[in-house]
Amino acid sequence: MALADTSDPAALGPTDIGRALEATGYLPDEGLSTAAFLALRMHRPLFLEGDAGVGKTSLAQALAEVLGAELVRLQCYEGIDAAQALYDWDFPRQVLHLRAAETAVRADPDSGATDAAELERSLYDRRFLIARPILRALEHTPSVLLIDEIDRADDEFEAFLLEVLADNAVTIPELGTIRAAAPPLVVLTSNRTREVHDALKRRCLYHWVAHPSYEREVAILRRRLPEVSERLAREVAAAVRRMRAADLLKPPGVAESIDWAQALHLLGADGLDADRAAATLGAVLKYQEDAVRIRDTVLAELAG
Amino acid sequence: MTTGRTTAGPPRDVVDVVLGFARTLRHAGVPAGPDRVQALLGALGHLDVLDPNQVYWAGRLTLCADPEDLDRYDAAFALYFGGRRPARGRSASEPPPLLRPAAFEPDAAGDGEDTDDSPRFAVHASQHEILRHKDVTTLSATERAQLQRLFALLAPRAAGRRSLRYTRAPRGRVDLERTVRRMLSRGGEPAELVRRRRRHKPRRLVLLIDVSGSMAPYADWLLRFGHAAVRSAPLNTEVFTLGTRLTRVTRELRLRDPDRALAAAGRAVPDWRGGTRLGDTLKAFSDRWGQRGVARGAVLVVCSDGWERGDPAELGSQLARLSRLAHAVVWVNPHKGKDGFAPVTGGMVAALPYIDSLVAGHSFAALTELVEVIADA
Repeated sequence: MALADTSDPAALGPTDIGRALEATGYLPDEGLSTAAFLALRMHRPLFLEGDAGVGKTSLAQALAEVLGAELVRLQCYEGIDAAQALYDWDFPRQVLHLRAAETAVRADPDSGATDAAELERSLYDRRFLIARPILRALEHTPSVLLIDEIDRADDEFEAFLLEVLADNAVTIPELGTIRAAAPPLVVLTSNRTREVHDALKRRCLYHWVAHPSYEREVAILRRRLPEVSERLAREVAAAVRRMRAADLLKPPGVAESIDWAQALHLLGADGLDADRAAATLGAVLKYQEDAVRIRDTVLAELAG
Repeated sequence: MTTGRTTAGPPRDVVDVVLGFARTLRHAGVPAGPDRVQALLGALGHLDVLDPNQVYWAGRLTLCADPEDLDRYDAAFALYFGGRRPARGRSASEPPPLLRPAAFEPDAAGDGEDTDDSPRFAVHASQHEILRHKDVTTLSATERAQLQRLFALLAPRAAGRRSLRYTRAPRGRVDLERTVRRMLSRGGEPAELVRRRRRHKPRRLVLLIDVSGSMAPYADWLLRFGHAAVRSAPLNTEVFTLGTRLTRVTRELRLRDPDRALAAAGRAVPDWRGGTRLGDTLKAFSDRWGQRGVARGAVLVVCSDGWERGDPAELGSQLARLSRLAHAVVWVNPHKGKDGFAPVTGGMVAALPYIDSLVAGHSFAALTELVEVIADA
């Protein structure tokens, strides 16, 4: 397995995996690198909670890149069930297969294809199975399975997920058990729209992803948007920081500050000025009430 | 440096230190059970136990499970490993917690038994009828005990709404998947059409109970009502208390026994019989829970007399926000059951435009009515 290899960042320590993540363009803090390191070494799912836009999903993407693994994403939503998460039989193809077999028998009654049991077995062949995200992650090694926004799924789905995560295997009644050669690295994210059950959390490493510090946010902006000037990055990070402290309905995350910096840059801004900031405020604030408040406070100060 | 020691685990003294730390943490209110401690020991096997940073993160990743745990963890960590006194679990700006169990006066439970077992059934029935309509604050100890048992009959839950999921039904649209599955089991003959319809999913019920001084006589009963709601639909009910701050008591109310559940909730609520800042606490609710999803499409029940120490305008705007999120907003004001009631307190006036129905909730009969209002909302 890749982890035994000493050239692999996860074999060394949290700082090494932090550095490897940085190389992909994701700048983690100490907690996140330790979390990623432990998730890899202990083969435990990583449960990430935090405000929207703090970089939970992108961590999974960066981890997949670091490990050279395939990223399999399962976006949860209300009403998601096993057929959408695990596997499904391709019914139309199965029916087609049956009809073809029938025609073959009619054309040549002595061909010996009449064995009913044989026919049934051929119906439930792997080629008629549609692999949904979880099965795909189990079949592909190495892989990172991202279960995004688990809080949106129903709690029945959580129970089902528990079962799969505990065994790293899926049993298909007609086909048998499919087991992962090496368990995938599982990353679960939640925006806390609902409290996820304790039983699921207990099996995971829990990490609360906070907004980055000022310095880190500047570094992230510089890294993601190399074309943006240092001054603009600093001023955007400082303004966003003040917005987060302003007790808004939806405080901006890193994703929003990246959007904002990019929007300002596209307008040709070299630094933050009141006019351009007001024109692009929609990139960073998503509620009218918030926009009004910030216009009256932070932007008014910018205007001097 | 310690990466090779994956199977052996940390040495004995590390185990002792970790167990001691877990005990400190549990005292601080983080439910760090044995399996979590096991996970921490496993994590330390991969890390450098002499590096305080790595130990800090290993503990935080394995022992915590909720953002609310993090402050307590930090404090316990500082206390246990740093040797200095931590700031209290709650942040310093909040008023000092006033611990006060919500359980009833001890005499309430004791002498209730023989009254109930007495053979005077006819009298008993009419007594029940009186009891049902009596204001809960005027009850004697015996009556309280009787009424507490009556609460077992309440089953507040919100009505259903159409879910995204389907279920089999005698009529409705054809369920292609099931029909084809049937066909397959019959060698491909379309023998029977299976039909489906949308399943119904219960709406979430959210109770926000004012536990400030002016509501104190009713708060116990309303929490009992909350307990009945949590017991009746454990996955779709959330209960919070309002006062000077917001406290989630759903977890505590999941205990089966009502008295133990109420005692647990009482321990969790720091601002029992304190002041009221309805606007601020409603805002805290919307920010931390409501907008994220708890209030969306839910039946929201606010139990308060509307005495607002803060700015009533803030209460109005917060309620406006919640009424946009929620399916229905029900306000329970115990004073509504009294003669000559008019919604004149500042908070009530500000809240009225955003309320779908105003209910009394001062007696058992009124609470039964509340159950119906919730079910019809």
